[in-house]
Amino acid sequence: MLDELVRAAILGDKRAIARLISIAENNGTLAREALKALYPYTGKAHVIGVTGAPGTGKSTLVNELAKEFRLRGLKVGIVAVDPTSPFTGGAILGDRIRMRDLYNDPGVFIRSMATRGSLGGLARATADAVKILDAAGYDKILVETVGAGQAEVDIASTAHTTIVVEVPGLGDDIQVIKAGILEIADIFVVNKADLEGADGVALSLEVMMSLGNSEKIIHHGILMEIKPAAQSPQPRWRPPICKTIATRGEGIKALAETIEKHLAFLKESGAWEEKEKLRASREVEEILRTELLKRVLSKVDRQAIEEILGRVVKREIDPYTAAEKLAGGLS
Amino acid sequence: MAEEKIRVLIAKPGLDGHDRGAKVVARALRDAGMEVIYTGLRQTPEMIAEAALQEDVDVVGLSILSGAHMALLPKTVQLLREKGLDHVLVVAGGIIPDEDVPKLKEAGIAEVFGPGTSTQTIVEYIRNKVAEIRRSRKNA
Repeated sequence: MLDELVRAAILGDKRAIARLISIAENNGTLAREALKALYPYTGKAHVIGVTGAPGTGKSTLVNELAKEFRLRGLKVGIVAVDPTSPFTGGAILGDRIRMRDLYNDPGVFIRSMATRGSLGGLARATADAVKILDAAGYDKILVETVGAGQAEVDIASTAHTTIVVEVPGLGDDIQVIKAGILEIADIFVVNKADLEGADGVALSLEVMMSLGNSEKIIHHGILMEIKPAAQSPQPRWRPPICKTIATRGEGIKALAETIEKHLAFLKESGAWEEKEKLRASREVEEILRTELLKRVLSKVDRQAIEEILGRVVKREIDPYTAAEKLAGGLS
Repeated sequence: MAEEKIRVLIAKPGLDGHDRGAKVVARALRDAGMEVIYTGLRQTPEMIAEAALQEDVDVVGLSILSGAHMALLPKTVQLLREKGLDHVLVVAGGIIPDEDVPKLKEAGIAEVFGPGTSTQTIVEYIRNKVAEIRRSRKNA
């Protein structure tokens, strides 16, 4: 039955795609078999992440971008993530409300996903859903994260192109030199650009980038040299700033063109392979970690684990020694 | 194995713009641990059926107060079944006259929850029905 689903999904059958995404969300072993079979068909899609604080207009922007890509004849997959309640495990997934233009377009597939306890702004199964859509032949896959604060940066390792959405009125210009979400941007969008302060946001972002990226800046009329922390041998991509008014579709064409430019940059500079390699190593590492943990835990019997944990709680041994003892059971 | 969540699509077919009831139910289902895909106002049966397919939901909840339920609800069920979604439980709520309820049930609406139904009743109904449907699909 799983083989059939995989075959149908590769041919683009939407019901099969939907079922496989649910399997990825629910069932570890089945999902693993399905993804093994799908993997050879992946690697063609351009994955675009859209992140930013709640209410910045991510869903509307995704809707407009999808329409623009459709005009260019590209198939678009969308994975929209919203948070799961930490108390009840339930979720309200409301991103479709803003995507009503796309419902009956056969070249669009939209899937809402709850985080189910993941903290990095995506669900555990988001990367799997991306692979399934990739194998099913979607050219552009837009991944919308939960309304992100400062540190939800998982999207950067899932997407080829990461768009960080800002709006006027969220904070002063110290916010933009903090570490975290702003560092992962390949493209900045200042949405709601008709609101007062939009130019100020764009300027702050501009200044933030010139603080780190240029070698020399003028400070009090004196030239000040800045040594970049690490020289990368590759040509660098300076994140452009796009202004949009997503509710009116303004600035979307230019944004889509900027996304295509970034894609071309990735391919020409070798950064695409670099990203793929990094992703592969992270993925294998994570699977390996889970696998080894499972192996350790299966070698040591439950009671022994309980006993060791009890001793840690009573401060008879420390957690480091406990872990060493448990790992010792592997050899 | 991770627990299998109940996924529910809540939609408002037709043209009335009153979505308070739909939001109250969505919230109650969320608090009962379900994943609720809320699609908002003015949905056509085609939009609802396609969303149900892509979201792979167990339940479609339709809220309607416009009086167009005899046209829109059976049509939605029909489209769902045409897409092969035979297992999807379809329930309705809103302002629906008693004499229409038997006809709606005949058309495949599993249950109709009128104004004043407690959210607990709806939650329990959905939980029990979905468990039943999942069991019978596993055995099939």
